[in-house]
Amino acid sequence: MYFVRRILFAVPLLLVISLLAFMLVKAMPGGPFDRERAHASPEVERNLRAAYHLDEPGWKQYLRYLGLLWERSPDGSLHHVSGGLLNGDFGKSTKYRNHTVNDIIAQGLPVSLLLGAVAFGFAMGLGLPIGFWTAAKRGRWEDYIGSFFTILVVCIPAFVIAPMLILGFALKWRLLPVGLWETPWHVILPSAGLGMMFVGKIARIFREGMLQAAQSEFVTAARAKGLSEYALLLRHAVRIGVLPVVSYAGPMLADLLTGSFVIESIFQIPGIGVFLVNSSLNLDAPLIVGLALLYAMLLIVLNLAVDFAYTLLDPRVKYE
Amino acid sequence: MDFPKRAPKFFSRARFLFVLLGCLFLSACRQAEPRADLTILNGGEPESLDPAVIVAQVDMRIIQGLFEGLTRFDPKTARAIPGLAERWDISPDGKTYTFHLRTNLVWSTGGPITADDVVYSWIRTLDPATASDYSSQLYYVKNGEAFNNGAVKDPSQVGVRALDRFTVEVELNHPTSFFLDICAMPLTYVVPRQAIEKYGDRWLMVKPLPVSGPYELVYWRLNDKVRLKKNSRYWDAANTQSDIIDLLPVGAADAALNLYETGQADIVWDAQLVPSELLDVLLKRPDFHTFNYLGTYFIRFNVTKKPLDDVRVRKAFALAIDKARLVKKITKGGERPASHLVPDGVANYHPPEGLGYDPVQARQLLAEAGYPGGNGFPHVEYLFNAPAGGIKIHENVAIELQQMWHDELGVQIDLRQVEAKNFWGMQSRGEYQISRSSWIGDYNDANTFLGMFTSNDGNNRTGWKRPAYDELIQRANEQTDVNERDQIFQKAETMLVREDPPIVPLYFYSGINYFDTNRISGIYPNILDMHPLQAIRKVGRGTRGGAAESRSSNQSRMTTLDPRPSTLDH
Repeated sequence: MYFVRRILFAVPLLLVISLLAFMLVKAMPGGPFDRERAHASPEVERNLRAAYHLDEPGWKQYLRYLGLLWERSPDGSLHHVSGGLLNGDFGKSTKYRNHTVNDIIAQGLPVSLLLGAVAFGFAMGLGLPIGFWTAAKRGRWEDYIGSFFTILVVCIPAFVIAPMLILGFALKWRLLPVGLWETPWHVILPSAGLGMMFVGKIARIFREGMLQAAQSEFVTAARAKGLSEYALLLRHAVRIGVLPVVSYAGPMLADLLTGSFVIESIFQIPGIGVFLVNSSLNLDAPLIVGLALLYAMLLIVLNLAVDFAYTLLDPRVKYE
Repeated sequence: MDFPKRAPKFFSRARFLFVLLGCLFLSACRQAEPRADLTILNGGEPESLDPAVIVAQVDMRIIQGLFEGLTRFDPKTARAIPGLAERWDISPDGKTYTFHLRTNLVWSTGGPITADDVVYSWIRTLDPATASDYSSQLYYVKNGEAFNNGAVKDPSQVGVRALDRFTVEVELNHPTSFFLDICAMPLTYVVPRQAIEKYGDRWLMVKPLPVSGPYELVYWRLNDKVRLKKNSRYWDAANTQSDIIDLLPVGAADAALNLYETGQADIVWDAQLVPSELLDVLLKRPDFHTFNYLGTYFIRFNVTKKPLDDVRVRKAFALAIDKARLVKKITKGGERPASHLVPDGVANYHPPEGLGYDPVQARQLLAEAGYPGGNGFPHVEYLFNAPAGGIKIHENVAIELQQMWHDELGVQIDLRQVEAKNFWGMQSRGEYQISRSSWIGDYNDANTFLGMFTSNDGNNRTGWKRPAYDELIQRANEQTDVNERDQIFQKAETMLVREDPPIVPLYFYSGINYFDTNRISGIYPNILDMHPLQAIRKVGRGTRGGAAESRSSNQSRMTTLDPRPSTLDH
């Protein structure tokens, strides 16, 4: 019941997000067709604006965008204007004039999804063991080394890590390609570059979670039974200690899956991350709103998944 | 919790997940496809590939491979040579052009290309519903402007008509010496009527797309690549040099250089794709080529606002700029200081000398205007746009100008940076005092620069309206004698850059492209930076890349090591 309610609640939430995004774009100064070269004639500009319905009042544009607009035909009867968000149509891009927003998402999203998923795997696969190790060896030199590494990778941004990876693995040793998106080999460096920061974050969060859990009563009880420290952490503390990681992993995955402007431009990858930034610079309203909605949807779904995972991991958590 | 007992179940699940991920991995990665004969890094993602609506050079470079006009650009000189038209006659008064089409013209999908297709394409560009920003280039055609702004509704009134299947007659308003160049510009390219009428905005997605040019569109994946394949039905297919060409929309200069250095790209032909930090090193290499380019970086004054309504103030500002310092200190890509607007090297024109660097005279003029030593000079703002990529040229130029005006004239200018879309809107509405500007010539003629400062041109944007200037431009364009025209244009430009300047030219752009001349033939430096795709091909076998190299194999990439990148590691 709880999850059904959550899903139903997501619909008005998405509508509010779309409205806010739409209004913000309209409030930005400048127009999508302002450019260095003047329009050939006022008539040309009028036609261009009319083709994208920019000549209509804002509320009408929004209803049209949603697909909730009825217009009077020349014969006087009302008819529904086709297309619109509710029919799964995100509209036409004002910048890439031969493409719809659906085209752009359909072409870029699978790439960003794969890149994000591998980066997620990388962050988890490296972050969890480091987190566990530093927690198990807390206060010892292994902890200091591990913690130094995790803080280091958290502090170095992707636009520094990625060129360093390229310099080493692609240019110097020629083990991996410098960019593009063709074979599985092409996925490795960008995923590592994208996931590196999260390795540190996951490790830190997992370490803290484990240390917290290690102090709880049931762990003390288990310790009293005479369990070894490793077995203690592995069997008992992990289920509780991983909860903060799970909470963090939802939004993190949404971030990773929607692509990264930095990584995609450095490696020349055809994902949607580049459009997240460029669409705003181009004042490409349909693309901005479409991508904002996509991100919001991912975030909602993944947060839901996080809550669901909680019920599996922690028997104390129940949703009514 | 008994871990060992649950282990087999856990591992079988993990294996399943692993296989699933593997499948996703393979399906999302690209299918193997033949390697292109030529890979070109082209700058940004094309906004459109519709010849009528495009404005950017990156779009144009692809489109001139797909479609063709009555004339086309010569790969060496970028002047107009016969394209779909085999020859033409020009009437003695210079106002009527009769084009004779080749009789063997065929669409890539079959079916003849006729004079009607030419007329359709031109009318489509001029049709206000197409909303072509370049349509003003066809205003030289009789009733072109009236049809484009809706005053004339009947397309048959426009001065372009098919006399028969293979003859197109064009009637101009007045003799236009560069008209054949316009016939080689994308807005006049011949496009497939049936596909456009059937599919509307999405006609470019039709497969196969009927094209009139040397290449067919295999696919166009946004932000990924445009792949072209030789059109064997093109009239001059025998001379098309490469079979498959990939054009990659690379936005980041570092990525471009990396791809080039590892042999994944053969040609990089956008000056934006040279990392600015490495310009000094790279420009010394034999595979980096700079050339003079038909573009000028300049600043606009808003002459309707105080204190820049005073010509003495504008001149003082112009004379206080040390342009040689700008190109030496900031741009560093082989740009040349500009004292006039029209770049040197434009056909049939000798630009006059404009205002140079003369701080003494500058201070004197400012004093005459009532601001000795900058005293009492009102608040003035310099407007510029945020960079699209990582290169901060505009900002650096702004800071340098601010410093020069402060040091030489004693005036303090404020700098204001706004996002590009906002910037263009503000500039066109005149919401600025001084604004950074640039212009790239559309065709090789002085008019593409000088024409925009006539009183009613939408690109004027300075509020500068001088009937005497308008008259000179009109007279020049009606003049058929090349020398006379040169003289008249000189008079006009003298007004613009010396006597009563609404602008200050700062420097002429230089183009940069990089490719190994031992391995690539068919690219020639020319002032328009036009390099028709059909002329370009790979020759011989070099150390980098090579057809034998497979992209998917790491082994072969490792064997094609090039010693040159070592210069970059430092």
